Amino acid sequence: MDFDLSDEHAALRDTVRTFAEKVVAPVAEELDREHRFPVDIVRRLGEMGLMGVPFPVEVGGGGGDTLAYALTIEELARIDSSVAITVAAHTSLGTSPIANFGSAAQTERYLPDLCSGRRLAAFGLTEPEAGSDAGATRTRAVEQPDGSFVVNGAKMFITNAGTELSGVVTITALTGDGEITNLIVENGTPGYEISPPLRKMGWHASDTRALTFADCHVGPDAVLGPRGAGLRQFLAILDGGRISVAALALGLAQGAYEQALTYARQRNAFGRPIAAFQAIQFKLADMETEIAAGRHLVRHAAWLKDRGRPFAHAAALAKLYTGELSHRVVNEAVQIHGGYGYMDEYPISRFYRDQKILEIGEGTNEVQRLLIARAII
Amino acid sequence: MKIAICVKEVPDPTAEKRIDPGTNRLVRTGENTLNPYDRHAIEEAVRIKESGVETEISIVLVGPASAARTVDKALAQGGDRSVHLADDGLADSDILATSRALAALLERDAYDLVLFGQQASDAECYVMAAAVAERLDRPCVSQAASLTLDGSTLRVKRQVETGYDTVEMPLPAVVSVSDAINEPRYPSLPAIMGAKRKPHEVLSLADAGIDPDTVGGAGSRTTVRGLSKPAGRGASVRIEDDGTAAEKILAFLVENKVVV
Repeated sequence: MDFDLSDEHAALRDTVRTFAEKVVAPVAEELDREHRFPVDIVRRLGEMGLMGVPFPVEVGGGGGDTLAYALTIEELARIDSSVAITVAAHTSLGTSPIANFGSAAQTERYLPDLCSGRRLAAFGLTEPEAGSDAGATRTRAVEQPDGSFVVNGAKMFITNAGTELSGVVTITALTGDGEITNLIVENGTPGYEISPPLRKMGWHASDTRALTFADCHVGPDAVLGPRGAGLRQFLAILDGGRISVAALALGLAQGAYEQALTYARQRNAFGRPIAAFQAIQFKLADMETEIAAGRHLVRHAAWLKDRGRPFAHAAALAKLYTGELSHRVVNEAVQIHGGYGYMDEYPISRFYRDQKILEIGEGTNEVQRLLIARAII
Repeated sequence: MKIAICVKEVPDPTAEKRIDPGTNRLVRTGENTLNPYDRHAIEEAVRIKESGVETEISIVLVGPASAARTVDKALAQGGDRSVHLADDGLADSDILATSRALAALLERDAYDLVLFGQQASDAECYVMAAAVAERLDRPCVSQAASLTLDGSTLRVKRQVETGYDTVEMPLPAVVSVSDAINEPRYPSLPAIMGAKRKPHEVLSLADAGIDPDTVGGAGSRTTVRGLSKPAGRGASVRIEDDGTAAEKILAFLVENKVVV
């Protein structure tokens, strides 16, 4: 058993940490306040190979593994969740369907631009009335005599579809009775409409949209993998995505904890730093403990996936635990900041707003419990 | 063109420096990393290479075997190969001894240009480039703010207190670059993953043909006799801004002949 990171993983973690502290942190507050998508940061992450961490170098990827990817997301989320989710959604949800299930022509057409961050990819699964119940998809794709498809329907809460870099969305659609097929739709396709940015509680610098498809015509080459494989494909995509969302929750918790620790050492009350009070010390001790446990779960799930072993159960454990621990940690981190924690003067209020979605997105806490319960009963 | 970059492993510059009171030496048992000033030298070499000049960039390091990770960090930043002198006999080397070891390594190959960062973030001496140049009998410029290659001539804009000097020097030469010369890029993931696969040469003192008596404690000529904290700033004047702070500051500066 070896709990040490390899030299390469440690070097990557240090590099992403420095980048996040030097490049992302100075603009995070402004991006959040102005609800501005970080185009320049995405471009720089692309140059560093971080917009396609787990994909092979031959297709333009970073040549890393799942652990490298999880470390990248954790370090970005330690500073800014909007940047972290932009990378995570692009990688796990946007690019991985094409990388894992795409034809040679599809991977050749899309991956070099996606892995380098020149273009962003989105994944359209959730619908206005089909969230956790993804099988209730209503978007329909009707095959035409020439093998092309006409798509009608709507998608909801889609990340990365509407930025100036957005190039492509993979959507789930019904192609027959109970038959779900994934289709690749390029931005600019007639009939593919993207809503203005949705207003939301947090993740203000990330791009979230509603998509509509009105007689949207896509060619036969838009079909991802065999027709009817959509359900199997998106379940696999979500399993992998859970590791990155767990890493995101872990990074957010780590960042919140460090801010609370720094503040508790600086802030004086009753003539002493508040870190001298046991009430504060116990909060910090609990945070440290839970974060350490969460980190082991995330790394174990990544380790299993990298060894080609079944990882879905471990990913669900990691997602559920880190989602809930990030809630507890950020809540107490704001509490330690007192009144200042409620002000936008400190980053901790942004962390608090950015946290809640981690218990909802890519499988709610309840769905994780269902998955875990099914596996053990 | 063959460029060598002399890099150093230093204690993590974001951590607080500690001195071992028994040995009067910097504690190096914590996290160690690449001297941040050296990144500017590597970046400058990479830019020369990217400008179209056929270039091989060698990372040269004197330090313990555990510094191999730092060598890889430097390679990920942009080196093609490394030369690492790792020998227990090097422990306790001062500037004189370390410059001897570096010069011996640099003499093994015909480097056109040897680059250094302006200083090391641990000892902050600023002089290693000059010491090595002296041993190699090569021209040396410090605090380079820009480098321009013109055939076998190197034009260096040198940052000085009053502005810039422009110096021309024939190659081969030794240059220490200022931290204002460029903004080093962040290493890419493929470069980080590929660093270990680049050619690494790890040498002992015997391999490098260095007499053990000329390096390490035996080859050093300085001894740290004592350490003390710098004297306090003495009496300071605190000015609260009630709308007249600027005038009060000016009066203070004039009174102390800082401005006239």
